[in-house]
Amino acid sequence: MHILAFSAVAAMVLILIFIAKEAWPLLTSPAIHKEVTLAKMWFAQQWPGYDAPEHVWQPVSEVPKYAVWPLVVGTIKVTLVSMLVAVPLAVGSAIFISQYAGRRAREIAKPAIEFLAGIPSVVLGFFALMVMASWMQSLFDFDSRLNAVVAGVALSVAVIPVIFTVCEEALGAVPRSYVEASVALGAARWQTVTKVVLPAAAPGIAASIALGLGRAFGETMIVLMASGNAAIISANPADSVRTLSATIAAELAEVVFGGPHYTVLFALAVLLFFVTFVINFLGERTITRMKRRMGVSA
Amino acid sequence: MQASRRPRTGDAVLWFATGLATLLVLTILLILLVDVIKHGAPRLTLGFLTKAPAEGMTAGGIFPAIVGTVALVILMTLAALPAGVATAIYLHEYADPMAIGTRVVRIAVNNLAGVPSIVFGLFGLGFFVQFAGGGIDKLFFGGAKVYGQPALIWAALTLAILTLPVVIVATEEALSTVPRDVRLASAALGATKFQTVVRVVLPQAVPGILTGAILAVSRGAGEVAPILFTGAAYFLPTLPHSLNDQFMQLGYHVYVLATQSPDVDATRPLLYSTVLVLLALTFALNASAIVVRSRMRKRMAGNQA
Amino acid sequence: MIANTAHVLEDVPNGHLSVKGLSVYYGEKKAMGPVDMEIPGKQVTALIGPSGCGKSTFLRSLNRMNELILGCRVEGDVKLDDEPIYGSTVDSVAVRRRIGMVFQKSNPFPKSIYENVAYGLRIGGLNDRGELGGRIERALQQAALWDEVKDRLHESALGLSGGQQQRLCIARALAVEPEVILMDEPASALDPIATARIEELIHELAQNYTVVIVTHNMQQAARVSHYTAFFFMGDLIEFGRTDLIFTKPSQQKTEDYITGRFG
Repeated sequence: MHILAFSAVAAMVLILIFIAKEAWPLLTSPAIHKEVTLAKMWFAQQWPGYDAPEHVWQPVSEVPKYAVWPLVVGTIKVTLVSMLVAVPLAVGSAIFISQYAGRRAREIAKPAIEFLAGIPSVVLGFFALMVMASWMQSLFDFDSRLNAVVAGVALSVAVIPVIFTVCEEALGAVPRSYVEASVALGAARWQTVTKVVLPAAAPGIAASIALGLGRAFGETMIVLMASGNAAIISANPADSVRTLSATIAAELAEVVFGGPHYTVLFALAVLLFFVTFVINFLGERTITRMKRRMGVSA
Repeated sequence: MQASRRPRTGDAVLWFATGLATLLVLTILLILLVDVIKHGAPRLTLGFLTKAPAEGMTAGGIFPAIVGTVALVILMTLAALPAGVATAIYLHEYADPMAIGTRVVRIAVNNLAGVPSIVFGLFGLGFFVQFAGGGIDKLFFGGAKVYGQPALIWAALTLAILTLPVVIVATEEALSTVPRDVRLASAALGATKFQTVVRVVLPQAVPGILTGAILAVSRGAGEVAPILFTGAAYFLPTLPHSLNDQFMQLGYHVYVLATQSPDVDATRPLLYSTVLVLLALTFALNASAIVVRSRMRKRMAGNQA
Repeated sequence: MIANTAHVLEDVPNGHLSVKGLSVYYGEKKAMGPVDMEIPGKQVTALIGPSGCGKSTFLRSLNRMNELILGCRVEGDVKLDDEPIYGSTVDSVAVRRRIGMVFQKSNPFPKSIYENVAYGLRIGGLNDRGELGGRIERALQQAALWDEVKDRLHESALGLSGGQQQRLCIARALAVEPEVILMDEPASALDPIATARIEELIHELAQNYTVVIVTHNMQQAARVSHYTAFFFMGDLIEFGRTDLIFTKPSQQKTEDYITGRFG
């Protein structure tokens, strides 16, 4: 039974090994290096027909180009939009539900948000593609119908329940004695909430945001369906983007097994794996540090 | 004291702002549901659920996708439950919280939950399809491509790993609701730890484990990225009848219909109805998980009384 | 510490609490009352009685903390120096700034010592660092804690010992300069040495504040208070000068309780 118990560890190790294994040729195989190297992926290259060295992701073409930055920028843009929308909504709702709402409101809202958490991301992607994109188009008149804003907002719908659940728990776990002490000192409700409850729940809130960030970063289906899938570097959120995960999902079906494109896609997966690992790790470390700074939990 | 209660602007502002946030979140959910039901309900007939798609996905039903989803999820649960429950039992009943081994397992579980779903898909492709499947082919089929290709079993196993953390967390929660006293009583009667766990603790933890299983199923039924390369297909003439067959699946169907349909308007009704079926399935699963969990909590409260 | 037998002026102008017909209901059930009591200003009044007799409920009605409990209803009148505490036009927040409270289990915020004491001042709008520092030092001095913490004001309050934490909570309450301090069994969670320090503190505080203290320890009441009120099963049985209550109680029940015939 103990063997079964280590399955999670085994899984993590195996995942890393096997995606790294398929990506390894990027570092070692001369055949692959004819088309692409790690350096070529990260530094701007001078391509025929271009005026200056540029980052271009165009694996399927006469001259395959494998710049990673457009994908990274795309991922960051979508993640940023989604967090900017999700964090205020999720934390705000958590504060309302745990500090202000009556029992009936709570009994309606919590299951509703749990249901939101259960909606498959493919459905959210579908909704973004079919409904949200057109609606936003009529509202904002974007140049591209599918872009980082549409994908980001749809992604935030997936991230909100993640942040909300942990946040709400953290706020509810603040000892009642703190609230009593604050009230006895003559604090108004909002003062107790902002000066005592929120600071005491800060590690939990930070944890929730870290979890949400990890989720947003690695999400695939929503961005695959709603981001426009154009690998360009631009600061404008209203441009179409391509994220790392969507790229893998979209292109893996068409690659030659073992070829350069195949290898690069696996390398992207390794990158994704490590970044989400780091986000989780940093998130947990920040929380431990915050807990320590607040003294031993009462 | 003051003659009148000052209108506390701070309270009003905070209440309003956070209430607005809550309202917005609930509104988004509502809009989504209304839209899907409005467009999906008309085609949702019994025939839709029991017939195969026809005429290029503009007519007929999604029966094969339902079958594929069910088969996939059953296999996934068969794999995920034993491993997840065992891990949770180890963490909760046996492991020394301070030991390195325990910390490693916990880190692994926490991070497994955060791995992007597409990475699972690639892992499924690299490990299950190519390594395991290819290995089986070489050993048993002389190199013919039998298991070394996208297949139901590989997709199920990939999903099992993805949902492992869900099962582990739910099982741990269930184990912690079993009061310490029963374990002590069992030990005092001379039972070994294993006997206590299997005969006393596990039976009481069943509702929680069930919750975990339901949540895992709900997750597995909806995930598409992991099965993109490990077994899902858009249109198959026959239902899957063996472990190495490909299969149709509800979520995958939605994805393809939404993004690659040659005639968006014609396939839209089928698309909406498929989404509705998927959502209804998710909702039913989540609702039953909530019911099971609340009943379990009530029972626990009754125990403490 | 012998109970102070000093006489008390009839109408002390500062911090006198006047209670008339006070009853507290939880839902339909009456938990306490009706009670009439005149609590003299700048004296220590002890509330004694067996468990569940209503003394804590009574204490919490003096600063409207009962309102935090769902379904709690209060009838009757409480006045601080002739100003009513209850009433639809009275602001409960303002009441609590004039009537402070220290709890049985010390509950410092998970913040620094400095920020704990500053809290009451900050929510009242005082943020000037100079003035804050002065008031914090004064409060910590009054709570007999200053010397022990003056070099570590910015360390976490949760690192203090139990007795120190309780004195910190007292300092926190004193910082807002209330007129009355309510204490709900302030020393019951502390060891004898820490308890003695709290009792000494209470004695000093009475020079400037009205103190009402709930205690289940009769000897403590006798040591520390000028006046004592004996509660039993939700009613006030007897109220008077501590030395008289403990030597010549006028009610049989009081005598039974004091002599230990029931607990």
